[in-house]
Amino acid sequence: MDNNNTAQLLQRKKREILESWMNNQLADEALRDDLISNEELRRQSEELLEALLKAISNGNFENVYSSEYEQITDILSDVSVTRARQGFSPRETNMYVLSLKQALTDTLEQERRNQPEVLYREILMVNKLLDNLALTTFETYLKGREEVILRQTDEINEISTPVIRVWDGILALPIIGTLDSSRTQIVMENLLQEIVNTGSSIAILDISGVPAVDSLVAQHLIKTVSATRLMGAECIISGVRAEIAQTIVHLGIDLSNIKTKASLASALQLAFGMLNIEVRKAGNSRSLK
Amino acid sequence: MERIPILKMGSFLLVTIQVDLYDRLALNLESDLINMVSKTGARGVLIDISAVSIVDSFMGRILGNIASMSRIMDAETVVVGMQPAVAITLVELGLTLQGVYTALDVEKGMELLQKKIDLYAPQSEDEEEQSPDDYTD
Repeated sequence: MDNNNTAQLLQRKKREILESWMNNQLADEALRDDLISNEELRRQSEELLEALLKAISNGNFENVYSSEYEQITDILSDVSVTRARQGFSPRETNMYVLSLKQALTDTLEQERRNQPEVLYREILMVNKLLDNLALTTFETYLKGREEVILRQTDEINEISTPVIRVWDGILALPIIGTLDSSRTQIVMENLLQEIVNTGSSIAILDISGVPAVDSLVAQHLIKTVSATRLMGAECIISGVRAEIAQTIVHLGIDLSNIKTKASLASALQLAFGMLNIEVRKAGNSRSLK
Repeated sequence: MERIPILKMGSFLLVTIQVDLYDRLALNLESDLINMVSKTGARGVLIDISAVSIVDSFMGRILGNIASMSRIMDAETVVVGMQPAVAITLVELGLTLQGVYTALDVEKGMELLQKKIDLYAPQSEDEEEQSPDDYTD
């Protein structure tokens, strides 16, 4: 079998391949020796080469989805996910695999100097295989990056929707940033859960930190207000700026059934009124309930 | 057949739904409740759904129906103790239960009913205004 021959040849030349691969990697200008040490890189490379030679030892150069390639896919995913987290660029991550291709073809070229036809076929084969592996690397690299982004989104969502208890029975929820459907969902869940936990009957939704209100955002606000009402609590929207009032009217959004106030202070005052709470200056008498 | 008990407390009717409502049960509840309102001349209906974790549009409509029917028979309806998940589901379904009063728990619901009925004769307009129009689509 020709493929087996190739595999055996590569197995014999393992040392040389590893050396030339390492040299390729170290010679590359994009090498990030600040992010990964040379020893670590050598260890990774040796492991991968070992696995690759084992995978092709049966002459399978074609099907990277077969069981022989499982180990190599695992190593590659591992390497690219870690690199994605460490902040390697896509180019740097992919060069890791592509420089192995260079090392392999160099070795083959030396060995098959006298058999151009065999060399051509082998190089094509190695090319195809390594391209496939590079694609796998890139795919997992992207996946790793997406995970990072998703985690950050979660974190932002978590810290950006605090529910504050401003008074006995009054909750305030300052919204900062744009309201999209997924955030509305989180805001709504947090708010409703907090209403249940504290038994509050009034919730103030402060939108001073919302940069713009379009019909979609308004829709989300209305949904939140309706859900609060279903729970048996009242919802006041505060922090409506002049521009936002203008947009709302120009868009023809009807908020007449929702209590709106210009500032959190006036919303709080309204809430006090609804709960029959009176707050006074201490001059006449102490602030009393 | 399974039925949901309806308790009479003074001039109010109290219904506590402890099981997940299926369609047949909900329909029975609707007719039982209305019959009860007409028999006792109750002025208020209080429905506690704090144990209900699943609702669908049908259930939402039944609640709305009960409220409208009771209103015709001069009784107010208060739904209390709705779970957050249930509230979100109803809003996503577009059912905001217009015309149904809501409260956080049975105690607050009773208070609300009492107030509604006290207010009913002299100054009903300001209270009424919250409910009839719909503001979502």
